[in-house]
Amino acid sequence: MGEPPVNASLPPSAETEAPIRVVLAKLGFDGHDRGLKVVARTLRDAGMEVIYLGLRQTTDSIVAACEQEDADVIGLSMHNAGHLTLAPRMVQAVDQAGLDVPVVIGGIVPADDVPTLTDSGVAAVIGPGASAEEVVSAVKASVSRQAASQ
Amino acid sequence: MVNHNLIDELFDSARGGDQRGLGKLLTMVERQSEVAARVSERAHRDAGQARIVGVTGAPGVGKSTITGRLAAVAGTARPAILAVDPSSPLTGGAILGDRIRMDNYAGSGAFIRSMATRGHAGGLSVAVPDAVRVLDAAGCDPIFVETVGVGQVEVSIATAADTAVVVVTPGWGDAVQANKAGLLEVADVLVVNKADRPDARGTRRDLEVMLDLGHQCGWRAPIVLTAATEGEGIDDLWTEIGRHIAHLHRSGELVHRRSRRRRGEVADRIKLHLSERVHQIVQNESGETVLERVDRNELSPAAAELLLSPLNPDNPPED
Ligand SMILES: Nc1nc2c(ncn2[C@@H]2O[C@H](COP(=O)(O)OP(=O)(O)OP(=O)(O)O)[C@@H](O)[C@H]2O)c(=O)[nH]1
Ligand SMILES: [Mg+2]
Repeated sequence: MGEPPVNASLPPSAETEAPIRVVLAKLGFDGHDRGLKVVARTLRDAGMEVIYLGLRQTTDSIVAACEQEDADVIGLSMHNAGHLTLAPRMVQAVDQAGLDVPVVIGGIVPADDVPTLTDSGVAAVIGPGASAEEVVSAVKASVSRQAASQ
Repeated sequence: MVNHNLIDELFDSARGGDQRGLGKLLTMVERQSEVAARVSERAHRDAGQARIVGVTGAPGVGKSTITGRLAAVAGTARPAILAVDPSSPLTGGAILGDRIRMDNYAGSGAFIRSMATRGHAGGLSVAVPDAVRVLDAAGCDPIFVETVGVGQVEVSIATAADTAVVVVTPGWGDAVQANKAGLLEVADVLVVNKADRPDARGTRRDLEVMLDLGHQCGWRAPIVLTAATEGEGIDDLWTEIGRHIAHLHRSGELVHRRSRRRRGEVADRIKLHLSERVHQIVQNESGETVLERVDRNELSPAAAELLLSPLNPDNPPED
């Protein structure tokens, strides 16, 4: 059967310009989502598509959302000091599902914990004082590193 | 590069219920390109089984909550929801927040996909039908499409369904707005949501009056009161949707509708690709040269069109 050749006529546009899709969530039971909303707007303003899951998510619900939404990266917000258990658990769940999606965490994470987290497979840790640019570039960098490693 | 085997494999696994494969196929049709056309072509073979329900209405009326609830009461193994939200025209980014309202209700069997309008609404009128086709071919049923009922393209997308559900909230304003936006005319089923608030019945009466004034042939949109956060009225709503679909089958209207939809889609596809072509032409070097002559008033816009238009047979088909 004669198939149209790939890339025959259409502009290269969409394939390369497609926005980064971020699944943004808070894991576990902690309080409010004000910080998460700020991050959502920051990433949107940087041209990303933010799939906003909000509060009280589980590793399973986040993995399911990633699969359905074909997300490029997971952004998790942590404020309840559970990051040392929750973040590695998220990374594990992603690995177990066979997904190639980096996990970036933000929120109140003590600097001392950062090495432990990155050792456990977290792609980037965004500290509480990070600027909008730092947030955006951490997310972008984790996506391109992941793409390069494939 | 994406080859045919990969597309076939993804479809096979998606039909078997693999959500990741389905997610990847949707990404492919969303990035309108050569690959998208092949995925669409492949989906076309297996599509046509699903019931397609559009849900539209003003921002915040409860479309996502209703849709999530409907997916749960539909009673099928694999309902799907496509939730469309606008991209920011400035940055191209978007916050897609519909899942928050859906996830809790829809149940774990439901497949939910958020879709941003990505700049030009013209692309949406191709990408959404393609995405629905992929979901259909993957065996999802029913398929709900949520769009905000502002803007012609968004409205026409929701109404390019088998059944179009239009949602309003209590209070005169919403109903009147919906009427003005032409939403009542295209509604197959009307919902007054947030019926836990005062005056839902009054709004129902207003809608009845507006429907009396409009003209109908064979089907008058029923009006259902819901309190979606409580789950009230959702069973009734699903029943009315089912009645409408039965009516479509019985009256032969389903065939007409689907044919109208497909014809519209063909035209939309041509329009999209022509407008992309136009975009290229006015941006390339020879286009710029002609436009500069228009700037200097050496050429009229009409004369420039003749020089640049791909529809003018004298112009060489260049890339
Ligand atoms: N009181 C009341 N609130 C409701 C009802 N249904 C939805 N809501 C609330 O209305 C708000 C918007 O609900 P959504 O389902 O997100 O509405 P939507 O139309 O999908 O919103 P957009 O997608 O942003 O246009 C949420 O806070 C819901 O909890 C209802 O029946 N009664
Ligand atoms: Mg919504």
